[in-house]
Amino acid sequence: MNTAIETVRSVTGTYKYGFVTDIESETAPKGLNEGTIRFISAKKNEPGWLLDWRLRAYRHWLSMPEPKWAKVSFPPIDYQDSYYYSAPKTKDGPKSLDEVDPELRRTYEKLGIPLHEQEKLSGVAVDAVFDSVSVATTFRKQLAEHGVVFCSISEAVETHPELVRKYMGSVVPYTDNKHATLNSAVFTDGTFVYIPPGVRCPMELSTYFRINAKNTGQFERTLIIADAGSYVSYLEGCTAPMRDENQLHAAVVELIALDEAEIKYSTVQNWYPGDAEGRGGIYNFVTKRGACRGHHSKISWTQVETGSAITWKYPSCILQGDYSVGEFFSIAITNNRQQADTGTKMIHLGRNTRSRIVSKGISAGHADQTYRGLVRMGPRAAGARNHTQCDSLLIGGTCGAHTVPYIESRNRTATVEHEATTSKISDDQLFYCRQRGIPEETAVALVVNGFCREVLQQLPMEFAVEAQKLVGISLEGSVG
Amino acid sequence: MNSMIGATATGVPSWLRSHEDAQARLPGADRPWLCERRAEALAAFAASGLPTRRNEAWKYTDLKALGSVPLMPAVTMPEPATACPVPTVLADDDVAARLVFVDGRVRPDLSHSRDLPAGVVFADLTAGLSRHEALLEHCLGHRNGITGRSLLALNTAFMDGGFMLRVPRGVRIAKPIEIDRLSGQARGSDGAPLAHHPRIIVWIEDGAEATVLENWAGGGDAVYFNNAVADVWVGNAARLRHYRLQDEGAAAFHVTTLRAEVGRDGDYETFSFSTGARLSRLDADIGLAGTGAHVGFGGVFMMRGRQHCDTTSVIDHHVPHTACREVFKGVIDGNARGVFQGRLVVHPGADKTDGQQSCRTLLLSDGAEIDAKPELEIYADDVKCSHGATAGQLDDNALFFLRARGIDERTARRLLIEAFLADALDQISLPALRTRLTERVEEWMRDRREEHE
Repeated sequence: MNTAIETVRSVTGTYKYGFVTDIESETAPKGLNEGTIRFISAKKNEPGWLLDWRLRAYRHWLSMPEPKWAKVSFPPIDYQDSYYYSAPKTKDGPKSLDEVDPELRRTYEKLGIPLHEQEKLSGVAVDAVFDSVSVATTFRKQLAEHGVVFCSISEAVETHPELVRKYMGSVVPYTDNKHATLNSAVFTDGTFVYIPPGVRCPMELSTYFRINAKNTGQFERTLIIADAGSYVSYLEGCTAPMRDENQLHAAVVELIALDEAEIKYSTVQNWYPGDAEGRGGIYNFVTKRGACRGHHSKISWTQVETGSAITWKYPSCILQGDYSVGEFFSIAITNNRQQADTGTKMIHLGRNTRSRIVSKGISAGHADQTYRGLVRMGPRAAGARNHTQCDSLLIGGTCGAHTVPYIESRNRTATVEHEATTSKISDDQLFYCRQRGIPEETAVALVVNGFCREVLQQLPMEFAVEAQKLVGISLEGSVG
Repeated sequence: MNSMIGATATGVPSWLRSHEDAQARLPGADRPWLCERRAEALAAFAASGLPTRRNEAWKYTDLKALGSVPLMPAVTMPEPATACPVPTVLADDDVAARLVFVDGRVRPDLSHSRDLPAGVVFADLTAGLSRHEALLEHCLGHRNGITGRSLLALNTAFMDGGFMLRVPRGVRIAKPIEIDRLSGQARGSDGAPLAHHPRIIVWIEDGAEATVLENWAGGGDAVYFNNAVADVWVGNAARLRHYRLQDEGAAAFHVTTLRAEVGRDGDYETFSFSTGARLSRLDADIGLAGTGAHVGFGGVFMMRGRQHCDTTSVIDHHVPHTACREVFKGVIDGNARGVFQGRLVVHPGADKTDGQQSCRTLLLSDGAEIDAKPELEIYADDVKCSHGATAGQLDDNALFFLRARGIDERTARRLLIEAFLADALDQISLPALRTRLTERVEEWMRDRREEHE
């Protein structure tokens, strides 16, 4: 607890990642059309099948209406008023870490992301994505020794086309939803991970996404495949500069766990949330889905959502394999004018599948937050179990917290349990802290950290510290 | 996409045609204000058609089957009502008044209002129209809300029966008022199934008290459609206990749109017991409009075969210090399907709201299905709100406990199911009804057993 207070205290200012890196970049012409897609594909030297796939997605996208069901409101997006490709100018792309543009390196250092392998304290391998391209991936040699493939997705298209072709779009098809379809058409980079059978990935893998350029959207695509009996823990972080405009971020993440494999996916999402009046900020429209294809496989999502003007995100698990397990741990914090509509889907198809959902939502200021989840027990999901717990904490009388769970059970031996509560920080708790000389804001951070503990505990150590800090910062200015 | 094209067309032309046929025979056909209201509602219905699954509120309930039935408005039937025995719930001596309908027609021989205190208005809609027209006009005008609610619009356009009850300020009616509706006895010309659109108006003035029991029964396998709308006002410090028994015929469609508003320190207790109909839906919209208002909203549904039962509700807490308890229990057997959609809304400023909601369902067979969507929508911070939903089968441990004590499996299961439903039935504060419904549960279990043998 002490550390939580310390960290909250040690941080000043609201959004400290709001700077812009001045770097020359190469962009595609503004707007979205087949030409843009051909440009991106050509830039990346992609094979014909991938270009075809992109174009099919684009044509389908044109026929799709904007999704309207989420409880968020924003003016219609002008898809033509944005750049779909922006990359720092380089000659050939860095051959080694030393060749990475020093300006870029400094950016990541400022963000606290080390790209020097020797300076790493603990073993975390990083893939750094800057606007549309991956600029550096660390610890590749060590990982390769174990047979682990960890590279940017553009690289994987060249080096492992059979894996990419087999799995990309198999969990999130290009027809899935408006935002995912757009991503399929224009995705620029992202991370590819393949863990061979029986391998326990020796270190945490991490991707750090940074939006820098003005007027650009970021569309990354992540594909993680854990082969039979393997294990991987993957972390994702993201930041963006402070700007008055709204930038679109529409990512797709696909996870595939084969027999007895386990994937742990953690996110700390800290895109620029906009200012107190709701100007600017990122539209974070993300499709994340994992398929537990094999028996006894497991996919665990942990997310800390503190940034973005609008969050629209439902990391889900399709539990196909018998005895497979899906987990979703989430903390979502909205302050000022932020809006978040987030939750999960647990689709139980296999026998004796299990899922657990713990969602903690905190709403302050004029923010609006919705938990939207689906638990579906298919007719063959004998003995399946789900437990869902969603708690909301409201700070102040002008914010909103909503819970919209969908529960569908078609198997009598399946058990579904859902609980939800909404409350505020009790005056008693605050009084207790204040009486002991703890300032009100710190007391709130303390109570909130306690409220979120169950989820914070799920995070890998490196992230837990950062997440605790974020909880404090995000709520700054919400009391008193 | 196809369903959308179907949606705008679903039933609309045939409803418009049948409205032309029925127009002259609808109650109040000579009252311009009512005709105007009907025309307006019909236009609203024509614009939207029957709701489809693309409408989020109808995600789990498909009215396609209803759209394909060639229904005929019941008013086009010749008088009088069929003379047949009508099942009732409470004995004649135990009710203050009774109103009996068979196929939408009043049966004066079975109806009475012998124990009603002076000043209470209780009449079927046609009689109410001739004797209390101003009151009816006031009530119908006070709450319109037909936009986007096509079944409500349809009811207003065709409104052909039902009743109105107004209890004046401070008057307490000790005994319940029972309304029995038996449907499915007659058929229209060419054997066409009948459509009824009863309108129920209940107005409990400040400090008054009443108990209303609606008994919806249907004999046999006749297809028919009951599209009811109930408008309820519970005044300041008034109290209404409102029970609904839905035991419609096996091929019937039943939809009730219930709208209620509860005033300061008012208490509204409503309980629905559903065992009948091929497809039924309760669409409740309850507003807590005065501080200290309390709502008890509960129900039990027991479904089997290919039955479909939907309970959809929105409870609005508009002001501070209001409370709501919502408890539903369901038992689903065969290939039946249960739907529970409950939304609890706490509006800005409605601090100190205490809202609790729970829906628990037992699935007894492999084909049974439950879809639940308990929603919280909260815009105030000083509130205590929770909801819970569960679905599953009987607890093996509990079963084992009983088996270990020499109780055979069938009895053990029956005991557990009855116990499961008992705490929902306990919400009913009318002992005679509670007993009657407990018996009904046992009866249902007996029928189920026979079916399985």
